[in-house]
Amino acid sequence: MTLSPELLRLEPAEAVTTITDGLRRLLPQLRRKGAVLGLSGGIDSSVTAALCVRALGPERVLGLLMPEADSADDTLALSRLIAEHLGVATVLEDITPLLEASGCYARRDAAIRSVIPGYGPGWKAKLVLPSVAESDSYRLFSVVAQAPDGSQVRERLTPESYLAIIAATSFKQRSRKLLEYYHADRLNYAVVGTPNRLEYDQGFFVKNGDGAADIKPIAHLYKSQVYQLAEYLELPTEIRSRPPTTDTYALPQSQEEFYFSLPYHQMDLCLYAFNHGYRPEEAAPALNLSAEQVTRVYRDIESKRRATRYLHLAPLLIEAVPEVSASLP
Amino acid sequence: MIEPIIRAFIAENYIFDSLQPGSSDSLTQMGILDSMGVLELIMFIEERFGFKIPDEDTLPENLDTIDNIVHYIERRRETAKAA
Repeated sequence: MTLSPELLRLEPAEAVTTITDGLRRLLPQLRRKGAVLGLSGGIDSSVTAALCVRALGPERVLGLLMPEADSADDTLALSRLIAEHLGVATVLEDITPLLEASGCYARRDAAIRSVIPGYGPGWKAKLVLPSVAESDSYRLFSVVAQAPDGSQVRERLTPESYLAIIAATSFKQRSRKLLEYYHADRLNYAVVGTPNRLEYDQGFFVKNGDGAADIKPIAHLYKSQVYQLAEYLELPTEIRSRPPTTDTYALPQSQEEFYFSLPYHQMDLCLYAFNHGYRPEEAAPALNLSAEQVTRVYRDIESKRRATRYLHLAPLLIEAVPEVSASLP
Repeated sequence: MIEPIIRAFIAENYIFDSLQPGSSDSLTQMGILDSMGVLELIMFIEERFGFKIPDEDTLPENLDTIDNIVHYIERRRETAKAA
């Protein structure tokens, strides 16, 4: 079959039923009676929250609003909007003090200063990758920093500075998860994760941060399918029209700049094509890319799967403990 | 003798099992180097051989096999000598 975005079209009513039935079936296995999830104002957490509400009712869903100093200005308003739209209770947990106390910002800034010595108060930064579609070069991270006068500097990161920045910023995802589990424990609820298929497959999450959850209801859905569900579920247009963002760095940063090779609608179709055995020359026309560019994206998909495999692994044991593993689903 | 230096660096840092790359095997496709490994390799070459690798040179044709790495370093040394 010729590759086209139509192949990603799903039957929304059926998809919603599958997920809500799944949530109702799995929650008792966890012996939890409701759902806690972080609301970011983005499409994934909004659709996941709507699905939880359909499955469990709004009174058994708690939305956490967890902005921090670098969050985008509209994050909190959009998170509140979706919570009000769905009629779920929310708790506001500003995680800035937690991040200050753990040294998240200070550690990150020190790592940035190791490559851009002038970086300091009033500056903003983000990490960026070169476009995989435009060149065959390795995707090596650079830091882009903006001085208070608006001028920008870009420097390639050293391995140490890259690891130090990622390790420091991961305090954000891990602090949020800490609070999600706090509220889940206090209410005897499950923590619901919100990754879509692109994120889940390509390892775009922090281990024991946003990667931690008891259930991940939309991990099998391509991002464009999440948008289809958002439309079917009649989520507010402000949520549906917001461009995907990492919302982790002070300078605005798109997901393709930070992680994926292409904007999500192309990345989705490319992942679908790769998963379904389309040769690069077969996939290229529908993606508006050359066969050579598709080959590079395919290579990037494989390389990310290899590099992030460990994120999916449960702790490894030296010897099996069959009494425990036999009782797991 | 560039090749033994590169082989020693790779063996010391990235060979976790019996994988032994041939001179023309792709180090990324064999799963020996990921993007962090490439970054470390670049830093190692820059420090050990005393030149900067610009972004436009960070290509598989320069860095993905032991042969390519050796040839790239040789080319850069020749260019430096000629200058």
